[in-house]
Amino acid sequence: MSGDSAGSSAPIRTLGILGAGKVGTVLARRALEAGYEVLISGSGDPAAIALITSVLAPGARAVRPEEAAREADAVILALPLGRFRELPVEALRGTLVIDAMNHWWETDGASEELGGPAASTSELVQEHLAGARVVKALNHMGYHDLDERALPAGDPDRLAIAIAGAPDDADRAARLIDALGFDPLVIGDLRSGVRLQPFAGAFGAATDREGLARIIEEFPRTERGREVLAALEPAALEPAAGGNGSMDA
Amino acid sequence: MDRITLGVDTFGDVMVDEKGRPLGEAASLRHVLEEGIVADQTGLDVFAVGEHHRDDYAISAPETLLAGLATRTQGIHLSSAVTVLSSDDPVRVYQRFATVDALSDGRAEVILGRGSFTESFPLFGYSLEDYEVLFEEKLGMWIELMKEQPVTWSGSTRPGLQDAQVYPRTDHEGGIPTWIGVGGSPQSVVRAAAHGLPLMLAIIGGEPQRFAPYVDLFHRAADQLGVARQRVGMHSHGHIAATDEQALEEYWPAYRAHNARLGAERGWPAMTKEHFLQEVEHGALYVGSPRTVAEKMVRNIRALDVQRFDFIYTAGQNLPSLRRQSVELYGSQVVPMVREMLADSERSGEDTAS
Repeated sequence: MSGDSAGSSAPIRTLGILGAGKVGTVLARRALEAGYEVLISGSGDPAAIALITSVLAPGARAVRPEEAAREADAVILALPLGRFRELPVEALRGTLVIDAMNHWWETDGASEELGGPAASTSELVQEHLAGARVVKALNHMGYHDLDERALPAGDPDRLAIAIAGAPDDADRAARLIDALGFDPLVIGDLRSGVRLQPFAGAFGAATDREGLARIIEEFPRTERGREVLAALEPAALEPAAGGNGSMDA
Repeated sequence: MDRITLGVDTFGDVMVDEKGRPLGEAASLRHVLEEGIVADQTGLDVFAVGEHHRDDYAISAPETLLAGLATRTQGIHLSSAVTVLSSDDPVRVYQRFATVDALSDGRAEVILGRGSFTESFPLFGYSLEDYEVLFEEKLGMWIELMKEQPVTWSGSTRPGLQDAQVYPRTDHEGGIPTWIGVGGSPQSVVRAAAHGLPLMLAIIGGEPQRFAPYVDLFHRAADQLGVARQRVGMHSHGHIAATDEQALEEYWPAYRAHNARLGAERGWPAMTKEHFLQEVEHGALYVGSPRTVAEKMVRNIRALDVQRFDFIYTAGQNLPSLRRQSVELYGSQVVPMVREMLADSERSGEDTAS
């Protein structure tokens, strides 16, 4: 169910996962354990991922990407970032879309658009998916940690996952992250997702909410942070230099 | 189960002297040669060397090094780990390994992989955009070459062949023994099964038992495709010393620097000591006394049901003496313990199964 208005508040029961690689299959397992119904898709014909799904995420249903997009209450993007322009725009209109993708040369080729300092990749995804409600989350934690270190709420060793996006969408994603076994940390608008990309301090971070918040606040004062913020918006450097701790990039 | 294959593996990291000064590539290569001889003397099954084209690794031409070793070793199998087939010519690679095979009297092996570094692509004039198609096409050609019959092949990444016989042929039935190295992509595992070749899993982080479903996937893919099930191996990093404390102390500084450098290139943060110890305790690193390493190997060999384990005895700039120590202890102490423990658990497994 992904109607424009209902989609923004309805509870998530069915989760679509686009991408049946390392990350997609790990997230599918997590979601199944958390009690979601899971639809998973590869690049096309579900027969191509039927075996992978039945072995690595038993219980998930392998479908075409359009079907996962249309039928799920929320969708996680776990395909190679370089293929984001193949995502079904119409089927995702109004749907909460959680962008867990990162630029990797192995799958995307070397790309300035996706890997340069001015790349805010979730904003590129949002531009393509006009009408979808894109947030960035689940991209900064390695798939081993996603797989191995989910814990119930309240556990002192629970790790945090940062979320960047519009407030309502981020809150909805936060409930999902919590259900998957991690403490959600909403950090700001979609652009603040640059603080979660490769080369930012939070990338690869597997730590608790406080620790993650600290790393993300540090971003403007890091070398990469200065480079990224200058490339995105030269003026953004100035408030950061004052160290006001603003979480918006 | 059949006798497990136990080997060692290095990427030929450039070494340092006691004062931390780099020894240079040529001297590092000579040390690797000596390590291969030690590995052979301790009775190990395989000595495997990686291919890289960067300033931190000395080995760019594994088969040339293996040719040197072929004439100075007796029983050990000599393998690449991995050969970056995507950026090489399968015909030339096959010829070179067939030559090593001749010199070693049938001991050459290959692990083919996509490689996890970029440098070989621009160096040999290939585009990273073609990363997938280069590997798949050239692997297909390689499988034709393994038959050692006249090859007819066409593709988009290399001129085609028409009834071309490639020389030298080996004395092996089925050509040069070939494995496929994969990182953790389920699609790669399924493709390897489809090619009917054994699978080498690179397990370099996280809990090894998490890879058990991949082994299951590999076998079930073979069943579904109606091809014979093939062997599975794993390779992982580690270091061995007289005590756990000594091993950790000797390994961590070079490993940390190595990991930090890779992280800086790829965008992940430097590893903390805590994370390192976590990897040693529960993860993919085999660092400790011979007994600690042997027990961990046995645990994971059984958990994953693999038929081969290659121990990567180097990571980063280390002293030749420490590398050699690791190979010696692995061959002379760890391997006998692993074989004994596996035989014991096999026996007790038979008892309880009845």
